[in-house]
Amino acid sequence: MSIRVEHLTFIYNQGTALEQRALDDVSFEIPNGQFVGLIGHTGSGKSTLIQHLNGLIRPTSGTIFYDGTDIYSEGYSLRQLRSKVGLVFQYPEHQLFEVDVFSDVCYGPKNLGLSQEEIKSRAEDALRSVGMKEKYWDQSPFELSGGQKRRVAIAGVLAMNPEVLILDEPTAGLDPRGRDEILDEIKSLHEEKGMTIILVSHSMEDMARYASRLIVMNHGKKAFDGTPKEVFEHYKELEAMGLAAPQVTYIAHELRERGIPVDKDITTVEEARDAILRLLGK
Amino acid sequence: MIRDITIGQYYPVDSVLHRLDPRTKLFGTMMFIISLFLASNIWGYLAATVFLAAAIRASKVPFGFMVRGLKAILFLLLLSVSFNLFLTDGREIFRLGFLRITIEGLRMAGFMAVRLIYLVVGSSIMTLTTTPNQLTDGLEKSLGFLKKVGVPVHEISMMMSIALRFIPILVEETDKIMKAQMARGADFESGGLIQKAKSMVPLLVPLFISAFRRATDLAMAMEARCYHGGEGRTKMKPLRYAGRDYRTYLVYAFYMAVIIGTRFLPGI
Repeated sequence: MSIRVEHLTFIYNQGTALEQRALDDVSFEIPNGQFVGLIGHTGSGKSTLIQHLNGLIRPTSGTIFYDGTDIYSEGYSLRQLRSKVGLVFQYPEHQLFEVDVFSDVCYGPKNLGLSQEEIKSRAEDALRSVGMKEKYWDQSPFELSGGQKRRVAIAGVLAMNPEVLILDEPTAGLDPRGRDEILDEIKSLHEEKGMTIILVSHSMEDMARYASRLIVMNHGKKAFDGTPKEVFEHYKELEAMGLAAPQVTYIAHELRERGIPVDKDITTVEEARDAILRLLGK
Repeated sequence: MIRDITIGQYYPVDSVLHRLDPRTKLFGTMMFIISLFLASNIWGYLAATVFLAAAIRASKVPFGFMVRGLKAILFLLLLSVSFNLFLTDGREIFRLGFLRITIEGLRMAGFMAVRLIYLVVGSSIMTLTTTPNQLTDGLEKSLGFLKKVGVPVHEISMMMSIALRFIPILVEETDKIMKAQMARGADFESGGLIQKAKSMVPLLVPLFISAFRRATDLAMAMEARCYHGGEGRTKMKPLRYAGRDYRTYLVYAFYMAVIIGTRFLPGI
C-alpha cells in the first residue's frame, strides 16, 4: 500500500496576481507501514502536500501513485481512495456535526455504504482505539474538551479502516499530557495494526521520539528526507528554515564543544540520559 | 471550486482605480447602476459597455478573474431572462404550446441580461479595487449627514465592513470543512435534490458553529480594545480628495450626459 509521489507541483490561483507556488517538484515514496514525520514552517506546503495524498487537491503537474496506480487516472475512485488514505485535519471543529459522539464517528463508515452492524462495530472499535470512554459516546461532540474533540475526529477517520493515516498537527493546542496520550495512541495504531502513519507536527521532540523517517519541507520543496538522526544533523540548516532540532540535540552539541564526548546524534532525552550515564561509568 | 466567488474579494494590485478615494468609487458605482436603468436603447448600453470596459482596463484586474464572479448569479440570470422572454406581450415570432416568444420579450430579456451582468461586474470592480476598510470609511463619510437625523451611520457601516470582511473567511472555512468531510467519504455532488440537501448538513453545522465562534471572538477583541462606537473616534488615514478624484468626477459627469443623450437617439 505504498504512496509514491512524482514531481508534484501545485500552484494556487494560477494566472492571477495572487499566484502562489505551494509545491515545487516534490518526489518521494512512502512504503507500507512506515511512521513518517512531516515538518516545515508555516506556509511551507505541508498541508497542501497531504491534501494531495488522498486526492482532495488536483496537482498542477506531477503524479501520485497509490499502490502502484495513478490516483488521477480515468475511472479511479477517489472516494474509495479516501477510505484507504485517512486524513485528519488540524481542527476537529471542521468535521464534528452530529448530535452525539457515536453518530459522528458513524458518518465515515455510513458513507462507505456498509451494513448497520458493520458501521456500529467499526465506530466502537475506532472510539476504543483512541481511548474514548463509553460514557462520552452519547455526549454532544461540542461539549467535549479540545483533546477529546481531537480523539473523536481521529476516530471518525479511523472508523473507515484506512491503511494510511495522515494527521495534520494532531497535538496543536493540547496540554502536555493530552499530547502524549494522543501520540501514544497513534503509535499503538502503527505498531498493532501496522498502519502507515504520516504525522505533521511542529514539535521536534515528538518527531524524534515517534517517527522513523522525517521529510522536511521548505518553500514548497523537499529539503531533507531521512531518519530523524540524519535530518537533525543539519540543525544549522533547519534553523535557517525557521525550524530547529530537539533541545536535547543542542545540549549534546554544547557538551561536545566543551570536551565531553557524548554521541553527537542524540535526539531524545532517553538517549541523552543513557549517554551521560555511560560516561559517568554507571 | 468554492474559491471562485469573487464578490466582496479584494484584488491586490496597484492601479489608478485602487488609488482613487473610496467615495469616488462608491459614487461611481452608484451612478453606473443608475445609468444602466436610464439606458433605454442600444446606444445607451453601448456607452455603458465602453465605460465598463475602460474601468476594467484601468483596474488592472484580469478580466477572467472578474467574470468568475458571474457564475454565482448564473441561476438568477437564467431565471430573469426566461421570465422576460416568455411573459412579455407583443408581436409574436415563435410559439410552442403555452410558451411564446415576442420581439418585445426578446429585447427585454437581452437588455435584462446585460443589465444584470453589468451590475455584478460593475460592483465587483469596486470591491476588487477597494479594501473593506476603505469601503466603510467611504460609506461612513459620504453618509455622515444622516447622523443628524438619528441614523447610526457608523454602526451600520461597521457592520457592513465586518460582513464583507467575513465573506472570504467563511468561503475559505467552507472549503476546509468540505475537504474534512470529503476525507470521511462525503459526496456533495451526486444524488437528487433531497440527497444533496441532506449532504449539506455535515457542512452547514460546523460552518454555523464556526461563524458564531468567530463573531463572539471578534466582539470580545473589539471590546478588549475599548471599542464603543464612532463617538470621538479618529482615523489614521482620514479621507481626502486628490486631483485624480476631481478628474474622475468630471468623467462621471460626461458619462451621465452621454447616457441621457442616448435616450433621444433613435434605435432599438
